[in-house]
Amino acid sequence: MTVAVFFGCTFIAFGPAVALFLFTIAKDPLRVIFLIAGAFFWLVSLLLSSLVWFITVQISNKNSASQQRGLLIFGVVLSVMLQETFRYGYYRLLKKANEGLLALSQEDTMPISMRQLAYVSGLGFGFMSGAFSVVNILSDSLGPGTVGIHGDSQHYFISSAFMTLAIILLHMFWGVVFFESCERQRWWALGAVVISHLVVSCLTFVNPHYQGSLIPTYIILSVMAAWAYLCAGGSLRNLKLCLTCKDKDFLLANHRPR
Amino acid sequence: MNTSDSEEDSYNERSALVQSESPTIPSYNQDHDMSLPQETDTKRRRPVSSVLDEPGPVEQERASTPDGEEEELTLKYGAKHVIMLFIPVTLCMVVVVATIKSVSFYTEKSSQRLIYTPFEEDPNSVGQRLLNSFLNTIVMISVIVVMTIILVVLYKYRCYKFIHGWLILSSLMLLFWFSFMYLGEVFKTYNVAMDYPTLVMIVWNFGVVGMICIHWKGPLRLQQAYLIVISALMALIFIKYLPEWSAWVILGAISVYDLIAVLCPKGPLRMLVETAQERNEPIFPALIYSSAMVWMVGMADSSNPDSADERQRNEGGARAQEGVESEDDVAQGGRRQYSAEEDLEEDRGVKLGLGDFIFYSVLVGKAAATGGDWNTTLACFVAILIGLCLTLLLLAIFKKALPALPISITFGLVFYFSTDNLVRPFMDSLAAHQYYI
Repeated sequence: MTVAVFFGCTFIAFGPAVALFLFTIAKDPLRVIFLIAGAFFWLVSLLLSSLVWFITVQISNKNSASQQRGLLIFGVVLSVMLQETFRYGYYRLLKKANEGLLALSQEDTMPISMRQLAYVSGLGFGFMSGAFSVVNILSDSLGPGTVGIHGDSQHYFISSAFMTLAIILLHMFWGVVFFESCERQRWWALGAVVISHLVVSCLTFVNPHYQGSLIPTYIILSVMAAWAYLCAGGSLRNLKLCLTCKDKDFLLANHRPR
Repeated sequence: MNTSDSEEDSYNERSALVQSESPTIPSYNQDHDMSLPQETDTKRRRPVSSVLDEPGPVEQERASTPDGEEEELTLKYGAKHVIMLFIPVTLCMVVVVATIKSVSFYTEKSSQRLIYTPFEEDPNSVGQRLLNSFLNTIVMISVIVVMTIILVVLYKYRCYKFIHGWLILSSLMLLFWFSFMYLGEVFKTYNVAMDYPTLVMIVWNFGVVGMICIHWKGPLRLQQAYLIVISALMALIFIKYLPEWSAWVILGAISVYDLIAVLCPKGPLRMLVETAQERNEPIFPALIYSSAMVWMVGMADSSNPDSADERQRNEGGARAQEGVESEDDVAQGGRRQYSAEEDLEEDRGVKLGLGDFIFYSVLVGKAAATGGDWNTTLACFVAILIGLCLTLLLLAIFKKALPALPISITFGLVFYFSTDNLVRPFMDSLAAHQYYI
């Protein structure tokens, strides 16, 4: 509890995402707008899934804990499916908008590429998802209290923070892979994204046994990270060039003689 | 103690989205014809935003669009303007939410009510409460309409001095009295010991610099900062003094009124804009936030669009208190002279009425005040930003003055009620079990 836990968990959960935002998105107004639009789409998907869950809860037996838990699991699965559906919807909207904008502007190239849009929209989804998952928990961590006084896990806050971090980054990677697979019409990749999202969410059902949920989630995170890197055009060669500062294109662009 | 409704009028005038002179960007003039806010003794001041401000610049904009400026709106240029409005709106909302969450004064319900909402809400009977909130809304909206019409009439008959004086009075009250109150509450919350001489010096400096920045000249950023602070103060006053249900109904009704006033041919705001355009002068600069300053070749001083907005805002608030409706905005109008004759290549930026700032912040502030849920506040925030983005998109397409309230407030209200009632239980259950979606 207290301020130390609050700041620690906030930085764990949002640190990388905010860094990504500040370094790559904040300077370009177009990307900021698409980020917020992505967040809005995620919000609408959450709204719809909450609506369905709420209706099912109202017509169910409120006293049966197992039924409520079952309904919650159903709600989670439904929410994941709706999120991916809205991600697809956002993709279609962006595609249409891009074509329209290209026609409207006098330039030959689009001001923002599809890959950048994939990254930005994925991060938008991630920001909103992470914020909704963890902000209430963070604000509770500021106040007085004892964690796990009724026998629950004592690592509630820190595990929530790490889970949120994983989810935000995962959304970003899912966005990149999703859009790329839609562009290339690789439907198996699309299915893989949806399935991995479902797997990550369903893994959280074993909480508070965090070793069962956090470790596999981070494994999936690294796999998705590598996949998204490859989708975005990266390769081992690029990585080597970048790390040894020998990438000529990048150096030329930054006017550094080598 | 009742506050007058002039603030509401100023609000209307202020809630206009106007595009500053930028030939390639259509002007969003959103004029909410709001009478200048009247300062009310009781602390309720409603800044009246007047949308009228923009006619001057708008027409100048038109005038300066002449030669050679392409009408085409490039995407990046439009996006930059959207961000230039996102940032101040976000800042204002952040200030209001931070205050609401920390200073309990603004969430305590007092027995005082503004005269604009005379019917008391009885928490025991749902039907009665609903009826009273509708009646309160009717009273408030009619006050706003009356004030706007008076403003238009005053403007038509060129009573500039009257309006000017009113505006100055309004901003005086807002900058000194309300900020003094705010400081007092903050000190009480954090248990800070403060002596009167220091406090007088702080408030005096703050107020005087504000008056100078708003009504005369000052650095652009400082003007913008003062406008944001003024909007936040007004929004806090509204949040405190509007009864619960009435506030929501009023938000909805104000957006409808905004739509009508700006778009209908006989709408007061539209008439105001057209009158100002005929006379080739800017309207009520004090009630509009401008994102960029236009530097005119050959002009000695830079235009201070923001100050105009401020003034108008203050005017509205001041009026509310006394029940006198004055159109401060008009006075402000003269100030914003950014004669657009010399057409510069400068980026003109975009203008948004202060009333819009205020109502956005009222919505988000009320979302933060009722219930300790941050998800609702976040959802309303994103909804309002998306609404503003859509409004700016429409502005780019239609290229004329547009009301900034309807889309954002509609999204905000929808998301507030749905998040509070549907999403909150869902997310709470998920958090309790630590399930992640």
